[in-house]
Amino acid sequence: MLEVEHIDAGYGSTVILQDVSLRVDTGEVVTIVGANGAGKTTTLRCIAGLLQPRSGRIRLDGQDITELAAHDIVDLGITLIPEGRQLFPDMTVRENLMMGAYRREARACQSQSLSEVLDLFPRLAERLDQPAVSLSGGEQQMVAIARGMMARPKILMFDEPSLGLAPIIVSQVFEVIEQVAASGTTVLIVEQNVFHTLKVADRGYVLENGRMTLEDSAAALLADDHVRQAYLGI
Amino acid sequence: MEIFLQILANGVMLGGLFAIVAIGLTLIFGIVKVINFAHGEFLMVGMYLTFLLTTGLDLHPYIAAAAVVPALFVLGALTQRFLIQPLLSARDEHVQIFATVGLSTALMNLALLIFGADIANTPVHGVRSQVQLGPVRVLEGQIWILVAAVALVIGLQFFMKRTTLGRAIRATAQNRAAAQLMGINDRLIYVLTFGIGAACVGLGSALIAPLYPASPTVGTYFVLIAFVVVVLGGLGSVAGAFFGAILIGIVDAMSGFYIGSDLREAVVFGIFLVILILKPSGLFSTRLNQSHVSP
Ligand SMILES: Nc1ncnc2c1ncn2[C@@H]1O[C@H](COP(=O)(O)OP(=O)(O)OP(=O)(O)O)[C@@H](O)[C@H]1O
Ligand SMILES: [Mg+2]
Repeated sequence: MLEVEHIDAGYGSTVILQDVSLRVDTGEVVTIVGANGAGKTTTLRCIAGLLQPRSGRIRLDGQDITELAAHDIVDLGITLIPEGRQLFPDMTVRENLMMGAYRREARACQSQSLSEVLDLFPRLAERLDQPAVSLSGGEQQMVAIARGMMARPKILMFDEPSLGLAPIIVSQVFEVIEQVAASGTTVLIVEQNVFHTLKVADRGYVLENGRMTLEDSAAALLADDHVRQAYLGI
Repeated sequence: MEIFLQILANGVMLGGLFAIVAIGLTLIFGIVKVINFAHGEFLMVGMYLTFLLTTGLDLHPYIAAAAVVPALFVLGALTQRFLIQPLLSARDEHVQIFATVGLSTALMNLALLIFGADIANTPVHGVRSQVQLGPVRVLEGQIWILVAAVALVIGLQFFMKRTTLGRAIRATAQNRAAAQLMGINDRLIYVLTFGIGAACVGLGSALIAPLYPASPTVGTYFVLIAFVVVVLGGLGSVAGAFFGAILIGIVDAMSGFYIGSDLREAVVFGIFLVILILKPSGLFSTRLNQSHVSP
């Protein structure tokens, strides 16, 4: 479904990603594992169209999307839930969620999507008319996740969805990710909580210093000595 | 007492006029984050368009507004698309300031070339007739300017809060990258917003034209006050700009009468400087419109 082929990318004159390739098939849950600064967020930004790769191609269902603007990529069905929430601070929770359903395909079923995400995050139902900025960090993260789901994308990308959440909420977030996958949405996820993520993922990639060094099934990565040492701390 | 009320009424009317010029300026600043130094020249262009339509086709200036407003929308949209947008990736964002200053000079010289330095009087069509409002008398045209300014403030508020496009504009102003991730075409939003801001001053120009003669430099005076008003109101705040404009209008009229008309501007700018020192974020600023200023 999604193919990233040999992309190089960076900021200004610094090169971050070198020859990065990955593939996500329909219905899969795929994760990218890597240390801080390895380039995971950069990879997701390239796919989302926020950053233009210097070389290489990105394809969705065979269509070349490398040069498309971010909003066109959203229209094609790829949504990124960005690292660090990135809410609209002075808009209410409801308005933030509604912005998630901005893309044409999602707009028609706005209210249905809203009740679905509120079922998943009942806490947000009580906060609908509060400005997003007045929510706690964890609540804001829930809004960010719910807002991404409102787009009803074909591929949903999560960048550090559990960052800053209490352990009990973290397991709730992973339940949500499993539900998203079970509903047929394809998932690409970057998470510091590597163990938990590999448990829900089908396949995974290891990214080190901007290069892909390993690709395998999630079960195999969980058993891999290098992965266990470097990312699971076992 | 009656004189005081009359001066107060004059001030409020003048404030309405400042407001209708300032609203578009603060809107463009708040959303696109560009200081449009050509805003006064947009006003000038609108006034000449009104002049041409009223003299050429014998239209009422308020009817001419139906053509002037869309024309200014297009001028604003083109400015963003072909002048500001190509500079977005410029190494130094101050380049945008020089671009709008350049546009301002170009438009002024263009007007000088076409119309010469003489003033152009738009036919009055009765809007200079006096209206008795209780103890005070004002011009009919002034009332319509004030009404239009209030309607613009309320209308924009409604548009920004209740329409899909309005929400998309606010979202883009508050977090541009996140807006893109929602599927919002941020560049288009900037083009439309610049157009809307210019259309606001276009409405102002059609209403102002029958009261003030047009000249190539007519924009410079109004826009200077508009900048004061925008800063006073809290950068990017439409309602703040309105109240700032009314305040400055009253100060202008009062000081003109009680202190001396030569010192009017000195008093206005003196008060402006004092407020700037005491409350740099503007008199009416709230956290809400400050966040529009941050990137
Ligand atoms: N806007 C930017 N400008 C310049 N350098 C950047 C920018 N964003 C990221 N970088 C650099 O790119 C490298 C990779 O960053 P990236 O955010 O992709 O890492 P990451 O794998 O997501 O890390 P983390 O686990 O900490 O989120 C880092 O060294 C970072 O300093
Ligand atoms: Mg990251």
